[in-house]
Amino acid sequence: MWVMWTESNGFRRLGPIGSLLLVVATLLSTPDGGRAGAPPVPPFEIERPASTSPIDPLVLATLEKRGVVPAHLCSDQVFVRRVHLDVIGTLPTPDEVKQFLGDTGPDKRSALIDRLLGRREFADFWSLKWCDLLRVKSEFPSNLWPNAVQAYHRWVHDAIRDGWPYDRFVRELLTSSGSNFRVPQVNVYRAVQGRTPEAIATSIALTFMGVRLARWPAADRARLAAFFSRVAYKGTSEWKEEIVLFDPAPNPPVDAAFPGGEAVRIPSDRDPRLVFADWLIKPDNPWFGRNIVNRVWAWLLGRGIIHEPDDLRQDNPPVHPEVLALLEQELVKARYDLRHIFRLILNSQTYQQSSIPQGSHPDAEALFACYPVRQLDAEVLIDAICGITGVGEDYWSAIPEPFTFIPEYQRTITLADGSIGSAFLEMFGRPARDTGLEAERNAQPTEAQRLHMLNSTHIQRKLARSDRLKRLVRVGRNKPAELIRLIYLGVLSRPPTDEELAAVERYARTIGLNAQQIGQDLIWALFNTKEFLYRH
Amino acid sequence: MSKERFPGAMSRRGAIKTALAWGAGVALIDPLTGLAAPEDEKKPVPADPKAPARSVIQIWLAGGPCHLDTFDPKPEAGNDFSGPLAKPIPTSVPGVMIGELLPMLAQQADKYSLIRSLTHGVNAHETASYLVQTGHQPGEGLVHPCLGAVVALLKGYDHGYQGLVPPYVVLTTSQGRFSESGFLGEQYAPFATGGDPNQKRFAVEGIISEEISDARLLGRRELLKTLDTLGMALPTSPQFDRFNQAEKKALVTVAKAGTLFDLSQEKDELRNRYGRTTFGQSCLVARRLVEHGVRYITINSGGWDTHKQHFQIMRRMLPELDRGLSTLLSELSERGLLDSTIVWCCGEFGRTPRVQWAPPWNGGRGHHGKCFSVLVAGGGFKGGRVVGASDSRGEEVTDRPVHPQDLLGSICKLLGIDPAAKLPNDRGLDLQVMPSTEGGRGLLAEIM
Repeated sequence: MWVMWTESNGFRRLGPIGSLLLVVATLLSTPDGGRAGAPPVPPFEIERPASTSPIDPLVLATLEKRGVVPAHLCSDQVFVRRVHLDVIGTLPTPDEVKQFLGDTGPDKRSALIDRLLGRREFADFWSLKWCDLLRVKSEFPSNLWPNAVQAYHRWVHDAIRDGWPYDRFVRELLTSSGSNFRVPQVNVYRAVQGRTPEAIATSIALTFMGVRLARWPAADRARLAAFFSRVAYKGTSEWKEEIVLFDPAPNPPVDAAFPGGEAVRIPSDRDPRLVFADWLIKPDNPWFGRNIVNRVWAWLLGRGIIHEPDDLRQDNPPVHPEVLALLEQELVKARYDLRHIFRLILNSQTYQQSSIPQGSHPDAEALFACYPVRQLDAEVLIDAICGITGVGEDYWSAIPEPFTFIPEYQRTITLADGSIGSAFLEMFGRPARDTGLEAERNAQPTEAQRLHMLNSTHIQRKLARSDRLKRLVRVGRNKPAELIRLIYLGVLSRPPTDEELAAVERYARTIGLNAQQIGQDLIWALFNTKEFLYRH
Repeated sequence: MSKERFPGAMSRRGAIKTALAWGAGVALIDPLTGLAAPEDEKKPVPADPKAPARSVIQIWLAGGPCHLDTFDPKPEAGNDFSGPLAKPIPTSVPGVMIGELLPMLAQQADKYSLIRSLTHGVNAHETASYLVQTGHQPGEGLVHPCLGAVVALLKGYDHGYQGLVPPYVVLTTSQGRFSESGFLGEQYAPFATGGDPNQKRFAVEGIISEEISDARLLGRRELLKTLDTLGMALPTSPQFDRFNQAEKKALVTVAKAGTLFDLSQEKDELRNRYGRTTFGQSCLVARRLVEHGVRYITINSGGWDTHKQHFQIMRRMLPELDRGLSTLLSELSERGLLDSTIVWCCGEFGRTPRVQWAPPWNGGRGHHGKCFSVLVAGGGFKGGRVVGASDSRGEEVTDRPVHPQDLLGSICKLLGIDPAAKLPNDRGLDLQVMPSTEGGRGLLAEIM
């Protein structure tokens, strides 16, 4: 039930009755009143208008039942930055920010979402993600080697760019045979430590069913592994070329069983991988759709409706089962178009909530009552720093190979190979692509990261050599407020607040430096704010 | 990797002044900082006779040095095996001979033992690097942390370590062959210094910065505080709390750790003894870090993958190794640190004993994982011993095979880490610190 009430500060609020009760309870119990019911905090939040997303009523109903107050809606300034970072791993340019903030259309958020889903960087960024899960890496432990890595990455990238239906994408990966250079998707069977049928089954189940096979009884594991018992490998005279094929040797029929119990005898002339793939991508498969929609949710909202998103099992229930069911149905209805799922989630107020929680309910984040803050991905962060300063990066690999020579202007999110990297990427939590677990990409703050951002020569030099900053200084000559505004738009994707503007102007007056140096100091300071380093 | 050098080197006085200025900033920001930021940790080592080691220095010869040319010479095997390096030299330990290009190490032989029967049989760099530094076989569907990360976990901040720099330091860049922290994640990854200790100023990334005036640094810091608008709007976020904790630690490090890496505090004569090379000066930095209490230091030395021009390269590189490593051992010993510091030195494998004279190699050596050597010293390892043996050509182990997990398990034991204990992890995995060979009988009891 929804009610409207007026608060002591004069703001009127609309919320489920539970939240009003909670406001009252909090006011009664804590002297400071808590935050529940507090007005939106500028420049980060605004009041929630009525929602049109089918997701929101389902989430709000659960929140109300649990007595959790949802956060406000994020402001346009927060939204334009968040949605760029989440959807294309790229900061909006100052022009994009200005255009969006100046747009007065009622549907501007959903129009922006549609534009981003069509951007080239969408494919770049989500290839990066998929190559984490598929462990695309030249060296240990995948040992795919450079040529195969490049071909595989390109295959994944093209499939995402062209919007392949997800079921087709997975079926191609699971059922192909041929050279790892020419039929790159066969590398899914090479990026597996050990390459035994059980090791392959473990990695396929993890990636496409969200299942940790080690938790299953040994007999069930063995019967799933049987589907991969006829995968064979053979070398060629090309360096590191390998053919992945259906073992043609005369074999007895394979006795396997689908997860869930149904046994199947596969004649010796039929590739068991085909049988498995056709079972997997059936619309009523209990793992297939659930796994991917839950992952997309986790990618956009920091954690899965089932969490961990790759640990689906009976005793790990979803926090919003109705939302999960809705997304599964939508996926099938949309013929496995993943962009449709992105669009549904991104257009919900659940996604567009503020990161500032209302109240202090311990489960607020786990129930999606606010948007969880999380560090920028290492690749996105360094791209942002390079983009703002206009100074590129050098990359390195232990293998002497031509793909290591990356032009300065190439984006880090487009790196194909987990074995090509830099000290920065390692330090800021780029996943090692060892296991394909989602948890590998979960950057947490460390002392080394703080040292690097506060004090490294690497960052200082980008500021010192920034031609882009020099241009801004020219544009903002004799107009310090304009320079500050331009820097804010570039770094934090919003104009400064009056207080911030005053603080920077005060700094500029007292420090006794020229405009170029003040610009460096301001960018340095903003680079070290949580607002820059986190998705929020 | 950037090959550029940094202009405008900062003077030592400037560095200290800057550091002090930062320190003042810290005091302003939070006088209640929980970090005591101790001066050099010089507390007496807890007297556990079974676990005398407090620190480890791993000298990693990436690419794989040849055991025949270093610690397991085979002059009788003839020119096809020894090539031009056919005259091994006696050492201070009667009966033990080593390669002729290591005369200074020969004088220190009482301080270290040589294992001539290390074996794993893998000839691929990345897998062999993994094996030798983690002790675990590949193929388990996960990647184990290397020993340094295990030590950072079990002897680091959560176990009383209070140093100014992270407990696991790499000089100067990481190897890039596999993820050193494995499933433990970046919290336990090594702190790679970057920079070059053989330059006038050792520009340790994040610690020694470009010259910027004290006033400006303080001003910047104050500006940052004012502009942290989101941080102020979200004061109770556990994520931001972790961030603030890390920043507090970092500011103490910036304020105080600069001197640790300032080699101008060492006498020129001593710096020359180590050799004016990146490797030699890295050894000197390692000694300074050990004095400070840093738990695990890896010096990565590259260029040992000598498929071609093997002997020419050895004539250049082995004297550097000889000078740096022998001075490190003698200095640790003179300063009473060798008893509590393990030094181990090897690569991921040895090299093919038979020289490849034919084109395209023209006198090179390939990879050889079946049999190679490692030097171990200090921290409870006895000196002057030889463990195991290879055949007359150095191709196969003939006596007392030592597997990587035996070597690493022994180091663990001397550090007070039970190699058979469970390795704590947040993935819920049931794992042992080190797999054991023959029920633990593989450990190097004869030299411990």
